[in-house]
Amino acid sequence: MTTELFTTELFATELFTTELWFALIGALIIGISTIGFFGATHILKRIMAFNLMGSGVFLIMVGLAQHDRGVDPVPQALVLTGIVVAVSATALALIIFRRYIASGGQSKLPEHRS
Amino acid sequence: MTTLTLIPALLLIPLVFAILSLLVTRPWRNAFALLGIALQAVAALSLSWVIFTEGASSTALGNWAVPLGILLVADGLTVTLLTLTAFIAVICALYAFFYLRAYPREERYFWPLFWFLLAALNGIWLADDLFNLYVGLELLGLAAVGMVALQATQQSLAAALRYLLAALFGSLMYLLGVALLYGSYGTLAMGQLSDLMVGDLTTQIALLLMTLGLLIKTACFPFHYWLPPAHGGALAPVSALLSALVVKSSFYILARIWLDLGTLAVPIGLPEVLGLLGTCAILYGAWRAYTASEIKMLVAWSTVAQLGYLLLLFPLALNTTEAAAHLAWQGTLMHLLAHGFAKGAMFLAVGTLVLAARSTQLSDLAGISRKLPMALFAYGLAAVSLMGLPPSGGFSAKWLLIQSALHSGQWVWIIVISVGSLLSAAYLFRVFSVSFVEGKQRELQPTHPMLDVTALTLALIAIALGFFGMIPLSLMELGTPLPESPLPTGGQP
Amino acid sequence: MNLSFWMPVAVLATSLVTAMIIFLLPERRHTLRGTLNLIAAIVKIGLVAFMIFGVMQQQSFETRFALLPGIDFVLRADAMSMLFAGLSSVLWLFTTIYAIGYLEHAPNRSRFFGFFSLCVASTMGIALAGNLFTFLIFFEMLTLSTYPLVVHRGTKASLQAGRTYLRYTLVGGAVLLVGIALLHSMVGSLDFAETGTLRDVPSEQHGLLIIIFILLITGLGVKAALVPLHGWLPIAMVAPAPVSALLHAVAVVKAGAFGIVRVVYNVYGIEFSAQLGVLIPLAAVAAVTILWGSFQALRQSGLKRRLAYSTVSQVSYIVLGSALFGPLGTIGGLVHLLHQGIMKVTLFFCAGNYAETLGIHKIKELDGAGQRMPLTSIAFTIGALGMIGLPPTAGFISKWYLGLGALDSGLVWVLGVLILSSLLNAAYFLPILYRLWFKPVTSAWPDEQIKAARFETDPWLLFPTVATAVFTIGTGILAASPLSPLSWASLIAIREYLP
Repeated sequence: MTTELFTTELFATELFTTELWFALIGALIIGISTIGFFGATHILKRIMAFNLMGSGVFLIMVGLAQHDRGVDPVPQALVLTGIVVAVSATALALIIFRRYIASGGQSKLPEHRS
Repeated sequence: MTTLTLIPALLLIPLVFAILSLLVTRPWRNAFALLGIALQAVAALSLSWVIFTEGASSTALGNWAVPLGILLVADGLTVTLLTLTAFIAVICALYAFFYLRAYPREERYFWPLFWFLLAALNGIWLADDLFNLYVGLELLGLAAVGMVALQATQQSLAAALRYLLAALFGSLMYLLGVALLYGSYGTLAMGQLSDLMVGDLTTQIALLLMTLGLLIKTACFPFHYWLPPAHGGALAPVSALLSALVVKSSFYILARIWLDLGTLAVPIGLPEVLGLLGTCAILYGAWRAYTASEIKMLVAWSTVAQLGYLLLLFPLALNTTEAAAHLAWQGTLMHLLAHGFAKGAMFLAVGTLVLAARSTQLSDLAGISRKLPMALFAYGLAAVSLMGLPPSGGFSAKWLLIQSALHSGQWVWIIVISVGSLLSAAYLFRVFSVSFVEGKQRELQPTHPMLDVTALTLALIAIALGFFGMIPLSLMELGTPLPESPLPTGGQP
Repeated sequence: MNLSFWMPVAVLATSLVTAMIIFLLPERRHTLRGTLNLIAAIVKIGLVAFMIFGVMQQQSFETRFALLPGIDFVLRADAMSMLFAGLSSVLWLFTTIYAIGYLEHAPNRSRFFGFFSLCVASTMGIALAGNLFTFLIFFEMLTLSTYPLVVHRGTKASLQAGRTYLRYTLVGGAVLLVGIALLHSMVGSLDFAETGTLRDVPSEQHGLLIIIFILLITGLGVKAALVPLHGWLPIAMVAPAPVSALLHAVAVVKAGAFGIVRVVYNVYGIEFSAQLGVLIPLAAVAAVTILWGSFQALRQSGLKRRLAYSTVSQVSYIVLGSALFGPLGTIGGLVHLLHQGIMKVTLFFCAGNYAETLGIHKIKELDGAGQRMPLTSIAFTIGALGMIGLPPTAGFISKWYLGLGALDSGLVWVLGVLILSSLLNAAYFLPILYRLWFKPVTSAWPDEQIKAARFETDPWLLFPTVATAVFTIGTGILAASPLSPLSWASLIAIREYLP
């Protein structure tokens, strides 16, 4: 609840809630992995960067589930679904990548080959 | 039959047939596919009919209430898009029956992917909360990537990987935005969000992240780089499905988050920036299509250009008058439909030409008008709509968009629209120029007449939209949360 | 849904359905295709005649349905539309006969006749369109259906001509679209009506109306080949002769001119146009085009190119007529819409005959052709004299009324333009007539095709040529009869002015 976060009362008592920590670390991970995603040219590295980025997003989502009224089930459900989706996407990416190598491609996409 | 069974059926039919098509062996696969296509088309059309006669409706899957359960909503807009999907899916499937005879290995994987694609599309049209839209988008992306990779050549695999990486990044950006919105409002249901949403900074950041993700998935300039190799390199029915439907779904979500949810949170200049991106797409896509040497790449770049028109919705509909917004929304929907039919027809027709000539080079199609008049005629009719010449759905769309721009006094978009359609004429006519050349002719492979019939059907629908545009336009008004008509006629000031 | 609704549809369908069937017919079914084409053309003449008769009896024929919110698709038979529809349907018959003969051994006839019919369907749509939106639909359809005819030969030159043609006409269409869209956003969608529809627009919007007028005329002027928008016309001459005949006499050029007539009379209204002050500039543009076209025609050595520039000049008489305020000018312009079509089609048929029979393309090769091909040459002579405006041909009637109209509206300089232009017409046609009849044959014909025929050339080519030549004289001599183009034009002209 970011809106409640900045109400004066909360702000005075505790600046860094668990929620905010989750969000900040999540944002940091997303930032790092975004650099990796666009900086790297090796396809495997980019797939890994995507996974890391996913973890960052999930961290933020899980963080939102922690508040005074107990654990909110909805973000938990969302993250579970999100992980399943990310795993299957990774599997597909790896399979296509393997096929790509097998068909004579290199570890980088054509446009990244200097 | 009520909407209670029809709405889930539109998700279940494709999923069941996806699994069936994996289980059964070859002789049965086509029969099952035919059955499934028929069922799915009947379901979509009957739902449209029910909505048309009885008004919008919704159903909660498994009777779970909103925050945890999944609510599916069918209003006029939804069924319009469902009908579009059903039409194009039926035609592409019929085309694929005959086209894939030349590709027995690919045929095996085509059908499961086709069904997953359809399930994802139907899911997106029917979804009413942001997270289901995410799941739909992901399923759609994975199925589409699989279809691009079907041929398993080095080129197509590279295109698939590029597409996949772009799509995954886009999805995560979208998901991040969804997370932030949930943090702010504690709900993801569209109906609730549109009441709650305010214009604070968190909302704006969330919406901008989602916009970035969706722009990448829609292949809007400058994120279009993945589209031409993916759409231009795929098998003909795949290209048709991808260009006609898949890219539209992420645009549909983009339109809904701004016009339905985020009207209060629109950052200053955002509509203009999106319009500018659309303009760049129209100009750059046209230029690349004009210089393309392969016919399928020409058509793929034309998709990039045509997607640019969709982005004009934002400057025309956000922060303008109600009448202008309504016209813009009508025009955009018309363009979405017309482009779906016309581009589908064009990819199918071009697929036939390429199959016959055994070459994708434009110059190898010299004099083809004598040998394949029907495929070329289908291409021609589709081109008429894409160029925005009357009578066609493309023209009606152009007219509505121009009227909207006139209503809000934004002259610059009129120029963009007019110049854009002239440029599309310039690149689309290249094919005719080549096809009329007399003299040396390539040896052509015979093609099945059904390939021509299917392409021609889609092209004729695109033309017929020019005459019967009132049907989708009045259908989409039913229960839509988007800008409402201030005037019954829409025309008079 | 009754006779009144279906008549305009039927008139369109006669060529639209024919086009579709022809596209589906195998290439080798030549006889069936020809028969079908001729039957359709005759049926169409019958339907149009029926509608003309109906319009004379004050009967109304209207097809109308909603196309988009606030916009109707309207096909309607009024006096003006019947003028153009009558011309198109009659000349379609003759051009079809001619084309069957002309393309006797050519390839791709299925495609040619398919688009030929489609082209006529568009022309009929233009004639019957009941509002600007419907007009635009068929106007653009015409562009698309003539392109395959222009590039029909598939040579480098014809493909280049096709590109030029598209560049001009599509840009023109876009300008026209913007004009129509602007007008629609101002006053909504208005049907064409006698004496115009815009009189009641408040005067502070008159400036915008003038801009829209300019946009509309520019868009239409591309097809009507107004200088400086005429560049595509001479280049499009690479098309086969029947196409040139169709383009110049009935379809494309005439569609543009007819559109201008519609805008001036049935959208703005002649009185309101005069009030806005747009008529004098329009007359000036027309006058420039008339003179420029004639000067250019004088400089051409190719027969078809000379005729092309002559078209540029002659079509602007129609525009000039609509720019002259006063019933006499109106009559002159409207009647020339028909007369120019009949005369020009004759001339193009003749040019085609010379080219097909003797291989003549240049004017200097025509020496003595009068003896070899007397009937064609007589037809050519009649057409040429008509263009110059000598009595008793049709051309004389047009020029006479235009001259009277010029005096009537007080624009004496227009009379000067008419006289100068007639002199120029004479200067570029009379030398051709001299070569035809009075010069001896100097050498062998460039490429003689039909040596031992019963007639001077293929009867399929000869018959339409002679027939249209007879029409050229007939409309001149019988101008006073109640069914002549002149009487019809006078009927319209009276209705276009406020009582």
